[in-house]
Amino acid sequence: MTSQDQLTAAQRTEALEQLLTERGLVDPKVMDGFIETYETKVGPLNGAKVVARAWVDPEYKQRLLQDGTAAIKELGFGGPQGEHIVVVENTPTVHNVTVCTLCSCYPWPVLGLPPSWYKDPAYRARIVREPRTVLAEMGLELDDDVEIIVRDSSSEVRWMVLPERPAGTEDFTEEELIPLITRDALVGVAKVTL
Amino acid sequence: MTAPLEIDGPAAPPRSNGELLFTEPWQSRAFGMVVTLYEAGAFEWAAFQSALIARIGEWERAHPDGCGYNYYEHWLGALEDVLAASGAVTPEEVAERAAQLAQRPPGHDHRDDEHGHTH
Repeated sequence: MTSQDQLTAAQRTEALEQLLTERGLVDPKVMDGFIETYETKVGPLNGAKVVARAWVDPEYKQRLLQDGTAAIKELGFGGPQGEHIVVVENTPTVHNVTVCTLCSCYPWPVLGLPPSWYKDPAYRARIVREPRTVLAEMGLELDDDVEIIVRDSSSEVRWMVLPERPAGTEDFTEEELIPLITRDALVGVAKVTL
Repeated sequence: MTAPLEIDGPAAPPRSNGELLFTEPWQSRAFGMVVTLYEAGAFEWAAFQSALIARIGEWERAHPDGCGYNYYEHWLGALEDVLAASGAVTPEEVAERAAQLAQRPPGHDHRDDEHGHTH
């Protein structure tokens, strides 16, 4: 695949797994468990639960905006890439959208693993340069007077967006709100709609 | 809302990403090795992340058009880098073992203890 190496990534991966297993550094069964967890259990539903709680509980929302990692842990979500999660609130006048230009950092405990477009060089470069255009291409047209803030992850920060609660959901319970909240809204490339 | 662009499908339901996380099986193994080793304390997350940033940056400087990008290639490269740095597994050992694996007959998925003989 790469010019420096004639061996395929699949072959190198298998070789590495064999060597690590032989040396007792990796237990394939433990590894299967982690893969299954991230493929099926840890996903944007966790983030949706966090947001729904914040929408119905102003004190929780305050804690979430002050210390995202701690407030998210209150609901039982943590793990690698869960350190230093900072939650930013979208409002009618300010729209936050997240990216990691250097290495595709992503808050796994609340969003699961990143989708392919989040890792793509085009998204990572263009969302910084021309966020309004990229968001419009992704289906989110924002008025010109809405300020867009692009939140670029550093080694110390992983961002999650607290989207606006849509109008017409005033009587919804926390459980009814959860299914409305999409992964894309938590990244900031969409709004939550009814 | 206007018509969505092809950059992604419709907004995914919160229960899952609504799409494949790994496009080839080796990608999930490469992902799993990093998480397993990290959880076992084999390296600091920051060390892996630095290696990943370096790998991606190097590739992007060499490919300004971004064509052919494969995130998990860099993920695997970063894992090889941190293991090489700690001495746990050297690049030569990986290359040697991978070369052995590459010599299996096409379509032969068995391990070393089988030799692909057929009747």
